[in-house]
Amino acid sequence: MVALDERSRHLRRLVVDALKGGGRGHLGSSMSVVEILRVLYDDVLRYRPTDPLWAERDRFILSKGHGCLALYTLLADKGFFPVDELLGFCRPESRLGGHPEHGKVPGVEASTGALGHGLPIGVGMAIGLRIKQSPARVVVLTGDGEINEGSNWEAAMSAAKHRLSNLIVLVDYNKFQSYGPTSEVLDLEPLTDKWRAFGFAVKEVDGHDTQQLRVILDSLPFDVSRPSAIICHTIKGKGIPFAEGNPEWHHKSGLTETDIRAMYDCLK
Amino acid sequence: MRKTALDCVHELSQSDERVVFIGSDLGPGVLSKMRKESPERWFMEGVSEQHVIGMAAGLAMEGFIPYVNTIATFLTRRCYEQVAVDLCLHDLPVRLIANGGGGVYAPLGPTHLAIEDIAIMRALPNMTVIAPCDAEEMRRLMTATLDWPHPMYIRLAKGGDPIVSEAQNGVSIGRSIRMREGSDGLFITTGVMTQIALESAGLLAAEGLQIAVQHVHTIKPLDEDGLLPAISRVHAVVTVEEGIVNGGLGSAILELCSARDRRSLAKIHRMGIPDAFPKHYGSQQTLLDEWGLTVSGLVTAMRDRLTNGSANE
Repeated sequence: MVALDERSRHLRRLVVDALKGGGRGHLGSSMSVVEILRVLYDDVLRYRPTDPLWAERDRFILSKGHGCLALYTLLADKGFFPVDELLGFCRPESRLGGHPEHGKVPGVEASTGALGHGLPIGVGMAIGLRIKQSPARVVVLTGDGEINEGSNWEAAMSAAKHRLSNLIVLVDYNKFQSYGPTSEVLDLEPLTDKWRAFGFAVKEVDGHDTQQLRVILDSLPFDVSRPSAIICHTIKGKGIPFAEGNPEWHHKSGLTETDIRAMYDCLK
Repeated sequence: MRKTALDCVHELSQSDERVVFIGSDLGPGVLSKMRKESPERWFMEGVSEQHVIGMAAGLAMEGFIPYVNTIATFLTRRCYEQVAVDLCLHDLPVRLIANGGGGVYAPLGPTHLAIEDIAIMRALPNMTVIAPCDAEEMRRLMTATLDWPHPMYIRLAKGGDPIVSEAQNGVSIGRSIRMREGSDGLFITTGVMTQIALESAGLLAAEGLQIAVQHVHTIKPLDEDGLLPAISRVHAVVTVEEGIVNGGLGSAILELCSARDRRSLAKIHRMGIPDAFPKHYGSQQTLLDEWGLTVSGLVTAMRDRLTNGSANE
């Protein structure tokens, strides 16, 4: 397991800033995807922060919308909106709500939060981009609990049928959903075989190892006639030891100053 | 009506490259000409309505205008969250062409009967809900759908319905059409109930009662400014829809009067499908008879309202 470097800790501190501002949030679900988003926005996706609707941008959909603190952090870090706005998370006048909304937050491609919506939308986008002969790609990040929803598998069949090599699914496989371990609530295994059986070219990666992530994401598409899926093995709450793998920290409200201080202490 | 709607999709696809078609698992040969001409814009996605709606949203986000077609219940009940979130929350120009509104699929039983589709679709912000009365009106409406900027639910009737719409009346989304004049009572109708109301009004005229018919092809947005004066001018109003009375056209009219013309509330009587799943099969007519959505049912309702007044209600 690779230790978190300063950039990863910095990004997590921004997530904690937002948690502090809102007094609540999906901490575990956000911390598990920080490195995935970091590598996507640092090294992989093509986008223009000052022109969020640039036609040739890669489309990124955070289908697990409850992980939005990590997305907001990366978008702010890249200049889509001021970093200070993170402090207003979930406040009445803020555009940064508990789930991301298209049209409110620059850089958010689709309003998500209800689970199982991102992949069908991504399939439509990928088909649309192909009709337009656009070089842009569609990247959808789903949760593991999220793929309990059957709509994902309907969309997966369609993506394979249409040979959408411009579509990439990343699964944040932190092995926990709200109630507890995915293996107990609704076991996903054999997960890699499932995606393969549904017609995807599949790879697995340590979702906190930025170097591994970079190498794998640089090799897309894995197959020119199939959509790609990457199973990202992650740790829920990564970087905050008392929250790691602890379902109590899937979502927290009523965060105290002590809680927040303890989180910052973990990220020095 | 369905054939006309799909023919229109084909024609629209020929003149506008933004038009795409998505079916779920329709009958063989559906839109085969479009499939041949524009295979990249024709999709048959299988029995996966949740996915189909999301896919349509994604295509619309990329600038396309998707026309989605399948059985009404599966376009509404099955994927309601997708319709609400993917289409309505994003306010995307996706058109849902819904086969078999009301009792059309009577022989297939309650799983296939779209009784509450109007009610649940009109409950969604940004959604437009239309129910044409015949194939000619469907053709005029389909042309108007192309540049309508919001999601739209298009309810189809059985097909082969008598043509009562008139080209001279035109069609404008969100505007109702005065089909018959009358100063005593008013039928406010949608879909193929308009034909029944027109026939009923004809019979009532023979009794000396002058009954107007206002056809509401667009249930949402409701033609408030067109309907309010029509309602205020008459002594009795009967709303008629082949849909459940909870939340449908009649409810919309009550809501309108509650907000803007409370004095008219007492003269409104709603006719539609009662708050129960149908128990019988047979044909659409079997169910219409059961629900009282017939010429005699309408005649009796209007006559009673005009004869007995609304003092008791």
